[in-house]
Amino acid sequence: MKIVIIGAGKIGVTLADQLVREGHEITVIDRSDDALDAVNTLDVMTVEGNGITLETQKEAGVDRSDLAIAVMSTDEENLLACLIAKKLGVGNTIARVRNPEYSAGIRLVQDDLGLSMALNPELASAMEIARILRSPSAIKIDTFSKGRVELHKVRLPEASPLAGMTLQALGRLQTGVLICVVERGEHEVFIPSGNFMLQADDRISFVAKPKTAAKFFRKIGIQTDPVKRVMLLGGGRISYYLAKLMLDFGASVKIIETNPETCAHLSEVLPDATVIHGDATNERLLAEEGIAKMDAVASLTGIDEENVLMSLYARSITNAKIVTKINRTTFSHIIKQMDLGSVFHPRYIAADHIVRYVRAMQNSLGSNVETLYKLVGNRVEALEFRATAKSAVCGTPLMELTLQPNLLIGAINRGGKILTPGGKDTIEPGDTVIVVTTVTGLNDLDDILDKRRVRA
Amino acid sequence: MNYRMILSLLGYVLLLIGGFMLLPCIVALIYGEQELYSLLAAIGVCALIGLPLILLKPKTRRTMHARDGFVMVSLSWIVISLVGALPFWFSRAIPSYLDALFETISGFTTTGASILTDVEAMPHCLLFWRSFTHWLGGMGVLVFMLAVVPMSGESIYLLRAESPGPSVSKMVPKMRTSAMILYAIYIAMTLLQILAYQLGNWFGWGEISLFDSLCLSFGSAGTGGFSVRADGLASYSSYVQSVTTVAMIMFGVNFSIYFFLICRKFRLIWKNSELKCYLGIILAAVALITLNLMLTGGYFRTVGEAVHHVSFSVGSVITTTGFGTVDFSLWPEFSKVILVALMVIGACAGSTGGGIKVSRLLILFKYARAEIRHMLHPHAVEVMTVDGKRVSADVIRGTSAFLIVYLFIALFSIALVAMDNFGAETTVTSVLATLNNIGPGVSIEIGPMGSYARFSALSKVVLSLDMLFGRLEIFPMLLLFRPSTWRKH
Repeated sequence: MKIVIIGAGKIGVTLADQLVREGHEITVIDRSDDALDAVNTLDVMTVEGNGITLETQKEAGVDRSDLAIAVMSTDEENLLACLIAKKLGVGNTIARVRNPEYSAGIRLVQDDLGLSMALNPELASAMEIARILRSPSAIKIDTFSKGRVELHKVRLPEASPLAGMTLQALGRLQTGVLICVVERGEHEVFIPSGNFMLQADDRISFVAKPKTAAKFFRKIGIQTDPVKRVMLLGGGRISYYLAKLMLDFGASVKIIETNPETCAHLSEVLPDATVIHGDATNERLLAEEGIAKMDAVASLTGIDEENVLMSLYARSITNAKIVTKINRTTFSHIIKQMDLGSVFHPRYIAADHIVRYVRAMQNSLGSNVETLYKLVGNRVEALEFRATAKSAVCGTPLMELTLQPNLLIGAINRGGKILTPGGKDTIEPGDTVIVVTTVTGLNDLDDILDKRRVRA
Repeated sequence: MNYRMILSLLGYVLLLIGGFMLLPCIVALIYGEQELYSLLAAIGVCALIGLPLILLKPKTRRTMHARDGFVMVSLSWIVISLVGALPFWFSRAIPSYLDALFETISGFTTTGASILTDVEAMPHCLLFWRSFTHWLGGMGVLVFMLAVVPMSGESIYLLRAESPGPSVSKMVPKMRTSAMILYAIYIAMTLLQILAYQLGNWFGWGEISLFDSLCLSFGSAGTGGFSVRADGLASYSSYVQSVTTVAMIMFGVNFSIYFFLICRKFRLIWKNSELKCYLGIILAAVALITLNLMLTGGYFRTVGEAVHHVSFSVGSVITTTGFGTVDFSLWPEFSKVILVALMVIGACAGSTGGGIKVSRLLILFKYARAEIRHMLHPHAVEVMTVDGKRVSADVIRGTSAFLIVYLFIALFSIALVAMDNFGAETTVTSVLATLNNIGPGVSIEIGPMGSYARFSALSKVVLSLDMLFGRLEIFPMLLLFRPSTWRKH
């Protein structure tokens, strides 16, 4: 697809990188030459100029593109750019709109603006964190089939009964979950087969229904009580959204923020939260505010170093669920070595949302990917495909299909009923199928077949 | 440095060149020439070195950095020249390997400087290969490779290092598609030129054999300048000469102009100041030289005849092709000085021509003007623009640096060539003609009807390097001479 990205900021660059990898034709517009230099190492075309002006949009070929994505710094610019792009005749537009006060208004005018999607990166991040806090034993949770299937990632504790067990043995326990990715140590990633043996400290990802997941957690010796007391360090936009989500969920929320004006604003819009004015890197303040008794601590300031330090400190004195926000995407292997709980990169979350939308758009253009998640630093993909009557895989028992190596079918959703697939199950037209694989760039359900080894 | 990756890419380049050598083999078969075996032997060498290199796949998929790209491009140009010279040497058509190398570098870099004294004695297949190196070198071997071999995104560095001009502007987002479009335009225009020559045959405007029309088209498409006759283009009909004039000037235009033409973006063409400047310089040069020749008298009988040959020569020199219909080294001094100026200016960026490039000159001219204005109004804030677009400080810096290095290399080469003790005119213009990829200089010795045969071995090496420096726009080649480029880090 031809896609124009307006704005070469953090999200713009991440987005360009991911979309190029998926084979799209990308043009990036930005006012600053230096910003464009950062994307120029990718296989994209760059256009220098104000992305809101007609000439620049025409020069970038917006009129002949399928999608325009406005990710400049202000909401108003993004909306205006999308409006112009739509009038020029672009197929779809996506705008980053982060001011929560606009959200109701935008829903009202969304059609007039021709806006296909209004993305709020902070809200998206907050929602993802909230999902984790509701099920704190998981490191990360992704959802498929409108929430009917979840992909959980957990670290196996030392004394877990699963350690030393093969997947075959696990399967005999009828747990209703399917382990599809195992990360071990720093670099190893497995798509495990039946005789794979689990070890303590493995990070396993498994597909399950939400309720089965909770049962499974109890079985493997992990506590899963939802958090009741949350402390948010830093009072930025993500904190605001997260506080709101957690309050709705019935948790008590304490926010620590250094800027007095921000504090005043937060306490005004979040009357049920406790807002503390103070420096969150002050050890005594944290102790005074009872960090030791929290169920969850989220480090969400704008400075990565502070977030890392605060999370490490919190880890040292509590058993609470720790969430750490990291803006920078560099030094990821160092970050991974530290015990920071769940680590979030807001820009990846935002970019993932858009990439998922683009995949869905492509759906109508020949690919049938419904949902896509990138896991383990983009090395593993979990995809949801819709099977059509034309799919070659339909009707054949799974054990008779020659699948690509390092590929696993995680779940089949048949009209809302979730099947954990066994060898005798078949895929039927109309099903959605969740596939986990290290093979990237699958576009169609039939791509799961190993074409080189197809039997005659 | 990612040696394995570079070596394996070099393997592909070698196989590609070996593949292209099959074309002159066909010519050899048609004419029943013995040199077929030399060509086949050269292909064998390409395959023998190329195939093992391909197997040297990088152990882990690593990304290509800027310097890998530069080194890769420079090395492939050296490698293709080394193997491209083999057919001449194997067949004893050019007995000395150094001479064969000079001739091949001159071919690939689209210079057209020749050490041959009797072109017509060469077999057809080798003449074809000699002209075909122009065509390949014009658009670039690596650009061709980008178009046919799928490579990772970072290979943008290859395109940047190989295509001429101060900055690379892609026509479409995907580099591979851009490379394909470039070659499609290039092939289409070459075919058009061949067709135009044939029209002359069909309508009786001027005879030219198919073989000659192929070779001349390759020569003008790549703005090279190897002819297949000893007197250049002098003995062809004036129709053939006129077709060549138009073709040369068209191949000296930035290829994105033709892309805009296909996309019907006429406003962008009209706004393009480099194009206007380029055509303006051509018109002014033709007018001045014609005036000078007619006033001096004794060169041409009519103004029409003068304009015909002057526009051919001007087109030939500014696009750095180097064809000749008349020996312009016999012209009066004023005319020769203008021709030397045109040599240095060169064609447009993004064309197949050489020289400093009109767009660089435009930037430097505007920069100089801004500096002078800055002296008058020290606090004035000025933003330099070309085509209504701001020129970034990086581009200005790069362009100034280019000019400085260009001058140093020219001076250094002149000093080395001067050891041969030819006249100043020969010494200076031999360097300018090779560094700017033109071919003939403006002295009788090396003029359109002369040859480089009499230069010493040292001078031939220096001039060969100058040709490579000129074609790759200096910096990629210069990096090869820095020890730190080769150090592991």
